Amino acid sequence: MTKILLAVFIMAIVTYIPRALPITAMTRKIESPFIKSFLYYIPYAVLAAMTFPAILSATSSTYFSIIGLVVGVCLAYRGQGLFKVAMGTVLTVYLCEMLFPGL
Amino acid sequence: MTNLSSLPLTKEAAEPADFKRGLKLGIPIALGYVPVAFTFGLMAVQGGIPIWIVILISLTNLTSAGQFAGVGLIIANASLFEIAVTTFVINIRYLLMSLSLSQRIVPMPLINRAIMAFGITDETFAVASMEKREITFPYMLGLISCPYFGWALGTALGALTTALLPPALQSAMGIALYAMFIALFVPPAMKSKAVFTVVLIAVALSSAFSWVPYLKNHISAGWSIIITTIGASTLGAIFFPRKENQ
Repeated sequence: MTKILLAVFIMAIVTYIPRALPITAMTRKIESPFIKSFLYYIPYAVLAAMTFPAILSATSSTYFSIIGLVVGVCLAYRGQGLFKVAMGTVLTVYLCEMLFPGL
Repeated sequence: MTNLSSLPLTKEAAEPADFKRGLKLGIPIALGYVPVAFTFGLMAVQGGIPIWIVILISLTNLTSAGQFAGVGLIIANASLFEIAVTTFVINIRYLLMSLSLSQRIVPMPLINRAIMAFGITDETFAVASMEKREITFPYMLGLISCPYFGWALGTALGALTTALLPPALQSAMGIALYAMFIALFVPPAMKSKAVFTVVLIAVALSSAFSWVPYLKNHISAGWSIIITTIGASTLGAIFFPRKENQ
């Protein structure tokens, strides 16, 4: 029990440190155009990296995931908001699960 | 980025509005968190961790991959050192997100920055970084609130319940967070050739890390995201440097 609590405490610390260090230490604005450009691209790079290929194993079947991916990209491409894209994708996968169970 | 002083609202009037705006944007994130947290709660309790500790983990960690890995290691009776290193490596990506946010926030006291740092997750970062304006403390507090309670609530429900969601629904909910990511990066990628290229490079690199045999076996998922992000953003900065105030 004590060991588990200690583990939880350690996990909380090592999760908080990378979150807190840059935002508390970097109070001045970065001037370098290179670093500014680098930081500008980070959100897009990190989101794309986290989405693909992890999305392929996010449902019970790679096929359903691919269909969900295509539907999601189409909805987002057509400028639908966050909530609509998420719900449309989930419903698509749910429909697939109902129509082709165990595929 | 719009200059704050050019906004019609004064600072005082903007604060409740900022909080409300953040709160609203946090709702879909919270909805996406509930099923993931539910699965986490269920898994951790089934693995033999006491219910109250499982909920405590979600209240103090507020991260998905790190918690899943950490609990997996606790259940496997791993050493505290292994738990610390693995969780840290998985969470190193927050360094990049926190650094990126540090350049986007309005000046604020250290304590405020320390508080909002706790709420940086993949999803809150994604939403905050798409803001056109500089990020304020009330906005971040609002944005973090719903996801924090959604994460805790989902964990508690999962930990307390013995019945499962229907498997078909569980599987379908698994794609929700990814769909949210897609909704966030596809529209900007369609508008800008530079962002489109960075996204393509990132997809190619992360695919390589999960499919090329040597890389797959030697690079963890946490490192793969970090290396991919640094690689794709660096190439973006080299080939598509941004002009001032763009």
